[in-house]
Amino acid sequence: MKTFPKGGIHPPENKLTSGAAIKLLPIPESVTIPVTQHIGAPASVIVNKGDYVKTGQLIAAAQGFVSANVHSSVSGKINKIDTIVDSSGYKQPAVFIDVEGDEWIDSIDRSSEIITSVTLSREEIMKRCYDSGLVGMGGATFPLHVKLKIPEGKKCDVLIINGVECEPYLTADHRLMIERGEEVLTGVTILMKALQVEKAMIGIEDNKVDAIAHLTKLASDYKGITVHPLQIKYPQGAEKQLIKALIKREVPMGHLPIDVGTVVQNVATAFAVYEAVQKNKPLFERVVTITGKSLDRPGNFIVRTGTPVSKLIEAAGGMPEDTGKILSGGPMMGKAVVNTSIPVVKGTSGIILVPLKESQREEIKPCIRCGKCVSVCALGLEPYLMMKLSEKGMFEKAEIEGIANCMECGSCAYICPAGRPILDYVRLGKATVIKMARERRIKAQVIK
Amino acid sequence: MNSTILITIISLSLLALISAVILYFVAQKFKIVEDPIIDEVQAILPAANCGGCGFAGCRNFAESLVRAETFEGLNCPVGGSQVMNQIAELLGKVAPAVDPKIAVLLCNGTPENRPRTSIYNGASDCRISNSLYIGETDCSYGCMGYGDCVKVCTFNAMYIDTTSKLPVIIDEKCVGCNACVKACPRNLIELRKKAKKDRKIYVACSNCDKGAPARRACKVACIACSKCVKVCEFNAITIENNLAYIDASKCTFCRKCVAECPTNSIVELNFPPRKLKEEIKVETVTN
Amino acid sequence: MANLLEVSPSPHSHGEDTTRKLMFGVVIALLPALFASVFYFGTGAVIVTITSIISCLTFEYLIQRFILKKPVSITDGSALVTGLLLAFNLPSNIPIIIIILGSLVAIGVAKMTFGGLGNNPFNPALVGRVFMLLSFPVQMTSWPVPSGFNTGYTDAITGATPLAIMKEGIKNGESISQLMGKIPTTFQMLLGKMGGSMGEVAALALLIGFIYLLYKKIITWHIPVSIIGTVAIFTTILWLINPQSNASPVFHLLSGGLLLGAIFMATDYVTSPMNPKAMILYGCCIGILTVIIRVWGSYPEGVSFAILIMNAFVPLMNVYIKPKRFGEEVQNG
Repeated sequence: MKTFPKGGIHPPENKLTSGAAIKLLPIPESVTIPVTQHIGAPASVIVNKGDYVKTGQLIAAAQGFVSANVHSSVSGKINKIDTIVDSSGYKQPAVFIDVEGDEWIDSIDRSSEIITSVTLSREEIMKRCYDSGLVGMGGATFPLHVKLKIPEGKKCDVLIINGVECEPYLTADHRLMIERGEEVLTGVTILMKALQVEKAMIGIEDNKVDAIAHLTKLASDYKGITVHPLQIKYPQGAEKQLIKALIKREVPMGHLPIDVGTVVQNVATAFAVYEAVQKNKPLFERVVTITGKSLDRPGNFIVRTGTPVSKLIEAAGGMPEDTGKILSGGPMMGKAVVNTSIPVVKGTSGIILVPLKESQREEIKPCIRCGKCVSVCALGLEPYLMMKLSEKGMFEKAEIEGIANCMECGSCAYICPAGRPILDYVRLGKATVIKMARERRIKAQVIK
Repeated sequence: MNSTILITIISLSLLALISAVILYFVAQKFKIVEDPIIDEVQAILPAANCGGCGFAGCRNFAESLVRAETFEGLNCPVGGSQVMNQIAELLGKVAPAVDPKIAVLLCNGTPENRPRTSIYNGASDCRISNSLYIGETDCSYGCMGYGDCVKVCTFNAMYIDTTSKLPVIIDEKCVGCNACVKACPRNLIELRKKAKKDRKIYVACSNCDKGAPARRACKVACIACSKCVKVCEFNAITIENNLAYIDASKCTFCRKCVAECPTNSIVELNFPPRKLKEEIKVETVTN
Repeated sequence: MANLLEVSPSPHSHGEDTTRKLMFGVVIALLPALFASVFYFGTGAVIVTITSIISCLTFEYLIQRFILKKPVSITDGSALVTGLLLAFNLPSNIPIIIIILGSLVAIGVAKMTFGGLGNNPFNPALVGRVFMLLSFPVQMTSWPVPSGFNTGYTDAITGATPLAIMKEGIKNGESISQLMGKIPTTFQMLLGKMGGSMGEVAALALLIGFIYLLYKKIITWHIPVSIIGTVAIFTTILWLINPQSNASPVFHLLSGGLLLGAIFMATDYVTSPMNPKAMILYGCCIGILTVIIRVWGSYPEGVSFAILIMNAFVPLMNVYIKPKRFGEEVQNG
């Protein structure tokens, strides 16, 4: 079975909700929609306090090319435009809306018919993606139209669709592939047209046998799309590892997938593309997994952006007594949140409630130089060395060791028997090195 | 004596002698001729090699002093004016008078004043926790207490107090070398002019949020109400970004602002207690 | 919601391994060899093992608590492993005071002076053993022969190890076929019916331990296989050149401390390289050095010295031999 050759770990899968069909989460009484749910320039708010907005209406406009539109996910009156602490951990500007009914804008096609024929031209598709505020839904939230625009001199010959969902606990993509397979494949076809490629490969981890079977059967009706089971290994869903496993090409350090002729998109992004292009529906809701060992009714829900996490927890049976940590995303790369008022955003793939005894970190012991961190690093780096250099402030040496290439997957800290906070220090070193490199570039330009 | 021992002694001694001669000539040939006065200047410097002067160690600073035209901008915070004047005399220059400085933490967010809203259990490092999220409280500007500043202090002048969870600066040991100022990721430490009897008055807050959220996050936050500005007869206080700041060069330590501040955000240290005003202060706190 | 939430950077999940689990895994892997040594050498084996373990743990506790004034960490299992491996390098009738001195050097000099667990460049058990060998050569080279598990501590009958017999014989000009009668058969060496230190005799028991270590992912195959492979290749070449003055590769592999050294000593985490390419080079060099010392050196056994010499090169290997970075751009010109 295909996989990436070096490194990787196999954490317990805990896919508690892989059998839970997607349900609609009831709309809350109020939502808080952050204006930056993407990587790039923050969107600029175009509505005011007191305005009445409809579901799907544009409330913040993208600023520049690397930015994305933000749409209202509810209809109601704007209470205020203020800041809120979101899953990033910091206070971000957001639009607070008091919900009144659920009136959608007229341009959205609300029929349930699945439209598989793609009639829009390539330029129209790109424009639709931009207008609908589409971003990468795997968690990175990179604006989609930027990724679809192939730079001068580069070529794309295959589209890779990431249906791997290698993080434990998360099942949103899994359920989407089983229940909305036609829409996902239509979305893939649209993306193929946008990128002008004839071939698309969907990679799915082997713990989703039903999804693999279902999509393989459906894919026979779609030209150029093939489904590939992949070995269960973390981080199989990481872009570079997925490309290596499926088409055996290695993205060079410091470069992007387009440099080896491919573009990678998440299945949820493909689904959002379907809704945007075929139904003219902007991105304001997504499938979110709410899960945790102590929850009464963990499940997968379609949630409007801006919904506080507390509503999801309520729908899953209420907050368990022994909750220690709440994660937005998976346990390996997700972020721990400070309270339950944080809103669901475009990049929220799952909310995990971790019991208190599992949320404590291990006691830190000295490094025993066992080399396990080196053996699990999928990028061939040496985590123990990068941690030591960061701790001692030797950032120039850390740069030479390739610390800026770390994808922060967390495999090293997971496997370390001494419980050392390897990734904490590597992240610190990475941020410092990137800053140093940027300052060097600016200085070099000034000198020129 | 055994012939083996004799041969061993002779051969090793010969080897040592030849090596010594070679080393002597090599040392002479590759000797770097330096101005001997640099050594004299270096001998006067305190040899702390702390970097507080802005140079890489005392030797580097000595070289700069010898080469410099004037001593403008050159100061050894550890040695202070005594050392600078000695060097100035030696080099025939004049050392400008520099006020000794001492480090001060612009935050009073103890667990009592600033309630915790989450528990951080990542690596015990202020840079790491600052780059993760706003911190264990609702004040995203305040001290996190993991001691990055304490770690860099080479004069043992700082420690983290176990009750207040904030760094404490020991006045007698602090030389104002600036290391802790650079280490703090939230820029909470400031070097203020050292006053007589180590008295200090400063706004112990760095919160730039508007009054209401700042006060919600911390009892002793500065809410930028401007009462201190109005009561100060010396125009020493300014408000910028919802935060008051007392200019140490204008402050006369009259303490009127301390009494006036409704949130007790302004701190006075090393003053004799004031009987009457003390009772008023107690009332404001218990209100 | 009453409780405050915990917040920390990712990852929020941790694997099952801890330092203590790994160390105890090594101890379990050594148990077959321990049983074999008690079976062959009797009470002496028990006394020597227990003394070694207790003195290693005691010295680590005393040094950490009273000299270094740091938190005591004897429960992490590393001193236990050092004590056990040190015992396995000793004859079963060695006086207690020598064991204690050896433990002091192993823990105090080879481990604690460098900063405790994780910082020592040389394998502590081997440093202890070499210290004892050089300071007490007589006691450290009179190896008991197996005499059953009810042998008393001081009742052991000593004799030469197969390697010593081989070395002496070759020096005296005897041919291999003449010597074959004096040394145990291959089957006997596999099971352990030969003279030697407590841990090195039972080859089969050590191999069982090796399989356990691999299964539990405590060590990888690289170091043991490269050491054993190199020794096998090198001795095969010598044996093919002159079968009458060079022992067979099978003899070399099963005699002496080769298996003990290759599986348990050279794979010590702290003193071995950090990535597979360096590990293979490390193993090959140990193998070559072992054979050189055995064949041309004046000591009959060379594994301890070979490992200690290569320990000195490990930091260099870690600096110059790096794993292949993902997406490493091929430099042209």
